[in-house]
Amino acid sequence: MTQVKARSAPQAASAQAGDTLVEIRNLEKHFPLSGDFLEQLRFKGGRLVRRQEFVHAINGVDIDVRRGESLCVVGESGCGKSTVARMVMGLLRPSGGEIRYDGERIDHLSPRQLLPYRRRMQMIFQNPYASLNPRMTIQQTLEEPLRFHHPDWKTPQVRDKVAEVMDSVGIDPEWGKRFGHEFSGGQRQRIAIARALAVDPEFIVADEPISALDVSIQAQVLNLLMDAQETHHLTYLFITHDLAVVEHFGTRVVVMYLGRVCEVAETHTLFSTPRHPYTQALLSAIPRLEDDRPDYIRLEGEVPTPVNLPSGCVFHGRCPHANDRCRREVPELIAAEGTRVACHGVEEGRL
Amino acid sequence: MALLEVSNLDVRFALRQGEVKALRDVSFTLDRGERLGIVGESGAGKSVAAFTILNLIARPGYIAGGSIRFDDRELTTMKPRQLQQIRGNKISMIFQDPMMTLNPVLTIGEQMVECLKAHRRIRTRAAREIALNKLRQVHIPSPEKRLDQYPHELSGGMRQRIIIAIALLLDPDIIVADEPTTALDVTIQAEIMSLLLELCEKHNVALVLITHDLGVVSQVTQRTLVMYAGRVIEQGPTREIINDAQHPYTQGLINALPQMATPGSRLNQIPGAMPTLAKIPPGCAFHPRCSFAFNDDGSPRRDCREVIPGFVRSGNCDVACHMVRDLVENDSDARDPVEIQEAP
Repeated sequence: MTQVKARSAPQAASAQAGDTLVEIRNLEKHFPLSGDFLEQLRFKGGRLVRRQEFVHAINGVDIDVRRGESLCVVGESGCGKSTVARMVMGLLRPSGGEIRYDGERIDHLSPRQLLPYRRRMQMIFQNPYASLNPRMTIQQTLEEPLRFHHPDWKTPQVRDKVAEVMDSVGIDPEWGKRFGHEFSGGQRQRIAIARALAVDPEFIVADEPISALDVSIQAQVLNLLMDAQETHHLTYLFITHDLAVVEHFGTRVVVMYLGRVCEVAETHTLFSTPRHPYTQALLSAIPRLEDDRPDYIRLEGEVPTPVNLPSGCVFHGRCPHANDRCRREVPELIAAEGTRVACHGVEEGRL
Repeated sequence: MALLEVSNLDVRFALRQGEVKALRDVSFTLDRGERLGIVGESGAGKSVAAFTILNLIARPGYIAGGSIRFDDRELTTMKPRQLQQIRGNKISMIFQDPMMTLNPVLTIGEQMVECLKAHRRIRTRAAREIALNKLRQVHIPSPEKRLDQYPHELSGGMRQRIIIAIALLLDPDIIVADEPTTALDVTIQAEIMSLLLELCEKHNVALVLITHDLGVVSQVTQRTLVMYAGRVIEQGPTREIINDAQHPYTQGLINALPQMATPGSRLNQIPGAMPTLAKIPPGCAFHPRCSFAFNDDGSPRRDCREVIPGFVRSGNCDVACHMVRDLVENDSDARDPVEIQEAP
């Protein structure tokens, strides 16, 4: 009975494809850097002062995930892409802003209140060596989410569902008796995907799911994710630093830099006409198979620390086109020829 | 006379579960100033190959056979003292993780001076001068300040630049770089790679670049070696391998890249995974995953399953594959007797 219900839900969802499933508004996350209250106290000029420092991981991020799409979030390490993923899943509590799932606000819910949503959204982690419990067999690993989310299910029903999921991701039923450590990285990631799909979710957050895998295995897992999307009508929030994967996999792309969104565009538009100077530099840095020598846009300096954020546009220190306004004013995301860009240069028509 | 000549190298690890053959019959040469890429997936033996060049294989690993000749001197049988004059001096190495390579309790300057003093009789002041000069060559901003900084004060990209500066310190003939940019972001990777390329060209240093990234190989190297399960399966000019790979595995590896497929379509995957070195299939190690290991009637090819393929020349590449051998022989003379190297 329940199974029938679970099946029909995603189909209803696909009927209204294109509307917003997850809405992230003005999201912020600061991690305290200065420890406990006592550790924050300092002597300064003969007086005791309290000093607090924060890592400004996310600083006002707006993202819409539309139903049925694969939204890729790209950026270099430290840009906050994984933090966004974790906050959407409710693994981290935002310092500010809102996250809405299917119209309902979820960012301030207690773990218990979040439970019904947890069944609808699942996560696939980067490192399949760490995300499988080493003391559980594969069968137990796959049964666990089902038993947790469907306490009323009888054992045969759980077993049937596990068999069905194993079949759908190409896991040999024989694997069920074995433990995680007996498998290679690619096989483990397959198991992690099966676990995520077991509860028939509609939304999957994948945080660098193929970064730890070899090239030939990456292709297998990406194919699996694309097949799963088709059969289960999934929506993906896909976090990655690999732009070649984004170009292949994503329907839309969000480019992040230092906790802010630089550019949001359809994949094709972004790769053919990147507008933000950072996106341009990032795309030019992909090592290609073509003959010509790398002709990449050299960025000055390094990513600044998120502890003391630069004023104005976070990218101005490395941007070849920065002017005074970029140093003073924070650019907003504005629509520009099919993309949304946060850049004064684009707004002014300089770029 | 090649600068480095590796021939029929066998490296084994004597483990409790039995002997693991990490490298089997690996041969290649490197000329002065040449840039060679070694590609393969994890476990293919590419890092072992790199370590072996510098004779850095420690127990339980050992060199079971073959030779490594550098500048006409045999490295495999050399005494540790003599080897020290070459290792770090004539052949230097860049490792994957810059944080693990640098000593966290010494300043950058101390580490560079230490390295110079280990190989040359030199005063500290002169050594610091050389160090400063090398830091300038790798385009590090305010190099004087960096000499007195500790590794943790620098970013990943900066640390890898320092590593490159240290590798260049003694003006080596060869730099062996083992996945030098894997731990770095794309923009930093592009910078480091173009720096490495620039320096190798300027100082006529030969480069052995170990990587799993075919994109990097295609942009930096002139020749490429593809490894699978401890063996070299294809080698030749990089452009030829990228544009017209002969071995089914190399083809599969290139075709599996997302950039080779139309966006949104299925990727061309290679079925299965690379065997662990303890359980290498007999015959061609790739045959269980190979779609060409079949006869015309669909039955499995016997030679692929039983006989280890030797190298045949196809174009400018050397390929170890029975299928390619058949193609080459059909091209030249269909009736020639087949010469096969029997499996040991």
